[in-house]
Amino acid sequence: MSARTVPYSAVLDELEAEAIHIYRETAAAFRNPVLLYSIGKDSSVLLHLALKAFAPAGLPFPVMHIDTTWKFREMIEFRDRRVRELGLDLRIATNAEAVAQGVTPFTHGTHEYTRIMKTVALREGIDRYGFDAAIGGARRDEERSRAKERVFSLREPGHRWEPRKQRPEFWRTANTTLAEGQSMRVFPLSNWTELDIWRYIEREQIQIPDLYFARPRPVVRRDGVLIMVDDDRFPLRDGEQPAMTSVRFRTLGCYPLTGAVQSTADTLADLIAEMEASNVSERAGRLIDGEGGGSMEAKKAEGYF
Amino acid sequence: MTTTQQGVEASGQAQTPVLHLVTCGSVDDGKSTLIGRLLAETDSVPIDQLEYARRTRRGGSTIPVGEIDFSLLTDGLEAEREQGITIDVAYRHMNLPNGRRVLIADAPGHEQYTRNMAVAASNGDVAVLLVDAARGVRPQTHRHLTVCALMGVTTVIVAVNKMDLVGYDQSVFEDLLASVRQTADRLQVGDISAIPLSAAAGDNVTAGSSRMPWYQGPTLLQALADWEPAAAAQDAPLRFPVQYVVRAAGNFRGYAGTVVSGEVTTGQSIVIADSGRTARVERIVSFDEDLPRAVTGQAVTLTLDHEVDVTRGDVICASGAAAVQPADRFAADLVWLAEEALAHGRSYLLVSGSRSVPATVTSVRHRLDVVSGHEHAARLLDMNDVGRVEIATDRPLPMDPYSVCRDTGGFLLVDRVTADTVAAGLTRHAMRRSFNVVPHDYEVNHQARTRLMGHAAKVAWLTGLPGSGKSTIADAAVRRLHAMGVHTYVLDGDNVRTGLNKDLGFTPEDRAENVRRVAEVARLMRDAGLVVLVALVSPHAADRRAAKALFGEGEFLEVFVDTPVEVCAERDPKGLYAKAAAGNLPNMTGRGQSYEVPEQADLVLSGTDDLDAVVERLIATVLAE
Repeated sequence: MSARTVPYSAVLDELEAEAIHIYRETAAAFRNPVLLYSIGKDSSVLLHLALKAFAPAGLPFPVMHIDTTWKFREMIEFRDRRVRELGLDLRIATNAEAVAQGVTPFTHGTHEYTRIMKTVALREGIDRYGFDAAIGGARRDEERSRAKERVFSLREPGHRWEPRKQRPEFWRTANTTLAEGQSMRVFPLSNWTELDIWRYIEREQIQIPDLYFARPRPVVRRDGVLIMVDDDRFPLRDGEQPAMTSVRFRTLGCYPLTGAVQSTADTLADLIAEMEASNVSERAGRLIDGEGGGSMEAKKAEGYF
Repeated sequence: MTTTQQGVEASGQAQTPVLHLVTCGSVDDGKSTLIGRLLAETDSVPIDQLEYARRTRRGGSTIPVGEIDFSLLTDGLEAEREQGITIDVAYRHMNLPNGRRVLIADAPGHEQYTRNMAVAASNGDVAVLLVDAARGVRPQTHRHLTVCALMGVTTVIVAVNKMDLVGYDQSVFEDLLASVRQTADRLQVGDISAIPLSAAAGDNVTAGSSRMPWYQGPTLLQALADWEPAAAAQDAPLRFPVQYVVRAAGNFRGYAGTVVSGEVTTGQSIVIADSGRTARVERIVSFDEDLPRAVTGQAVTLTLDHEVDVTRGDVICASGAAAVQPADRFAADLVWLAEEALAHGRSYLLVSGSRSVPATVTSVRHRLDVVSGHEHAARLLDMNDVGRVEIATDRPLPMDPYSVCRDTGGFLLVDRVTADTVAAGLTRHAMRRSFNVVPHDYEVNHQARTRLMGHAAKVAWLTGLPGSGKSTIADAAVRRLHAMGVHTYVLDGDNVRTGLNKDLGFTPEDRAENVRRVAEVARLMRDAGLVVLVALVSPHAADRRAAKALFGEGEFLEVFVDTPVEVCAERDPKGLYAKAAAGNLPNMTGRGQSYEVPEQADLVLSGTDDLDAVVERLIATVLAE
């Protein structure tokens, strides 16, 4: 017996339907949910799915960006344009105290910088607005420790992730009840892969920042990683001179911490072809995960996304 | 830009583009290696993770550095890596050569993890059940089969692993298969097959094996690639639980949800299962365009041809015989997940689809021995137990038998205080009683009797440690009330236990039942127009909350008789504390079992204050309007 061929688009349809189901459940079950919008490709897909879930109505919840003040300039421009075009209710969370104290990716280690500028800012943002559910774009394929992450991931008081308290997930039925002080993180893209994200962007013609495409950009090579010099806050070392190189980014974050890939892929089709050929996991290019396979879990226990 | 229609073929049958696979077996059976090899050899793992699995070695590994240790590819949490065991369900994806996506739910195989197994199997289409050829069929093999059958997994592939360790001997494989088949037949697993393989050596995983010429069947990968969904899904009845009501400009009002069974077309006549109201489907709205129909798995928004009251949690069905009838009493199988045992009579939150309602487990019929398949009489369920229970819900629910639809037949029980999920439930059938028992409205009712009595009927529930003074206070109060012409009755814990409740002991579940019965009797007496004083230790907050839930606002007073335990032990009117001290009373409240102090009692009376003053306060509260 020979099975029929399943078109890729059918797989995307099922992933899409699952995500929409999760969105609707979240919007209905929680008092004050928020969509965490980080401007990257996953966030772009997440936003697109949210628009689908509630059409013809608009988004029934605000979006929040954790701004470390070290994002690529292009990212911020892209964010503000999308917010205007879609009429989104944008909240920005920044650890202003740390900025005032002069915390930068250069003054603090990567791990500590991430904790202060992202984890703390996220917790403060959630607390300030009283959000009881935060929707994010994490996927189970990103990192091995995420294979066991729930779609509805419970956070204890203080945003603590407690492995033993995570709820078993049966069928499409979610227990969205919260006890005093608890909140929820919700991951509609849990079962998507990185390739699914790109294929879906291609199919749905979803807008993404231009940084994903190869362009000549001013970069320096530092510790074997290509870093783009996005503004004059970047302290050049002796002998370092930014050189225009054709690069693209696989993930977007704080520019001093995001490694570029040398590439000439300047269309979506080229990009997908390049990615299928290389088959390296995307977090390989992210400096913040570089401290062993379990470091993501350690960050999560602290309340990082 | 096309939308969700691509998952549907012209014939109308969904393609099931994603195969939900559950893998069961323990680390010792070589499960991590098997899954790791499947992922690696279908290019479902990034290159850098493969490199990691070539370079890294954990203690005790005999695989030479440079070769892939497949088991490292499926590692999850740090804690697990340290212990070398799997502690929870992990989800991974794999691509089949025909384009179908496989979502693997990987369940740990240890005895205590029936609950994890149930989670993994809840969405499963196919199960791969690992058996170690060298060790043969073990109790956990039967357990896995039982849980798969229970959760509705109809296709089981038995992967007989480590054939290399038994010399690729056909008779070992055949014997093992015969034993598994026996269990599968008893459980009525629809489709069972077996593959002899070696995950470590690579035989029959993704490539065939020259070392087992006696085996002509497919490799594991081929078996998965050949899988096709059952054709029956087409005729399944329409079930569309409404998740969210979409309101938009132009008076748009749509009902958003996922088709969890059957299909829906425009113009179709539908019925709202809860209210019985009917309408026609006007539009099937999606983001991109309106659709002529939607099939199982599609998330859409329906509009109806006229205004009908529909809210979140309602289930839209095709009108006619296949529509689900709401009921408030069900027989169901429960998989108990929580460390705290099930207590019948206690109120939980039942979550079914998008709806939650208070529900009570009214009785436990039996516990299932998941190894032997035998049913044992039981009064409670512990963690990892599976058992048949009866459930009563506060409101009628449109529940299907689980065999008809997992989404509308499955439910969760949630603890009302901790919000933890304590059980997964599988509805077996609605109980006839819920249709046949129709309360008659009598003209002479509670209100009429109250007018005749000349005072309001009420229940004052005195809770506190043994020896705290509950009976003494109740006795004094009822004498005063009687003298005032108030019609009273006292339900005293010990007195009730000599008659109505003489079949009950003092375990937490018996205490719950004791409280439930006393509360029901108190309710009847309230209906009769009496002022009822209850004197009952009732140590568990949840039991008292369930009792209170039977009454209307202001009809039930929780009265905490607050007396220090030293004073109670000193008084010890029944000699209980002395017995407990001697070790003869293990379930004594305040000694062996804890007393949960009421956090929001309506009245707190100090058991060491002057009795007259205490009684005065109680009476004033009871008679207050």
